[in-house]
Amino acid sequence: MTSLTLVRRIKARPSIVFDALTTPEGIAYWWGPDDGPVLLAETDVRVGGRFRVRFRMLDGSEHESSGQYHEVMRPNRLAMSWRWAGSEDPGESRLEFDLRAIPEGTELTLTHSRLADEDTRRSHERGWSGSLDKLERHFAASIEAKAGGL
Amino acid sequence: MVNYQQRLSRTFGALVDPTRRAILARLEREDGASVSELARPLPIKLPAVMKHLDVLDSAGLITRSKAGRTVTVRLSPKPMREAVDWLRRYERFWSASLDRLAAYAESKEIEARRKGR
Repeated sequence: MTSLTLVRRIKARPSIVFDALTTPEGIAYWWGPDDGPVLLAETDVRVGGRFRVRFRMLDGSEHESSGQYHEVMRPNRLAMSWRWAGSEDPGESRLEFDLRAIPEGTELTLTHSRLADEDTRRSHERGWSGSLDKLERHFAASIEAKAGGL
Repeated sequence: MVNYQQRLSRTFGALVDPTRRAILARLEREDGASVSELARPLPIKLPAVMKHLDVLDSAGLITRSKAGRTVTVRLSPKPMREAVDWLRRYERFWSASLDRLAAYAESKEIEARRKGR
């Protein structure tokens, strides 16, 4: 609930995945929620260095996110801050990529979490997130049902 | 004025506690319950329940209305919806991005092998 975690198995070695995550060429290829183009990709991949990516969505809207690298451990781990430019910004969040070598290539785990949740997350043992997810789904369904009924 | 960011923090903060989540889940099912009804199945005393309700109230997750001696508690879905929206937005962004990232990295892997690296 407090954070989003996605896991992907990729048929490429961790160093190649890491470079795809961090080079402007790689970012230009994959960054964004749909097939709209990346307009600008800048990365300074070192602790304290910054990144900035601007993309256009297929609906024509342009969005920009930027942040600072907090951990750079090629090829296993990358952590950075994240925020949206402009008025759509809901505050700073934190992005982490963990890359683990597996026989077929790399298991990538992405965690995008709200910064304000960090302390809370640390102070609570793992295990409640499952039930919270369930509750969230419960709510999401009911919100849709209510919105539909209005 | 409470901004979006602060509201989200309070929502997530309120949701961290299992008792509060249990209260919300029940209100989800029943759409309105009195304080004593809410307290009955919980393994804590009434004053503790009241404190949890205060937290949920200040996060805007519930409303309380008094009729005579009975306080009725109801769910107020807007803050929850904002939190869910936050998650959904990133889920959409990252699932699509990671699909393309995988395709890109896999093509680079094939290229590297062809070059004998």
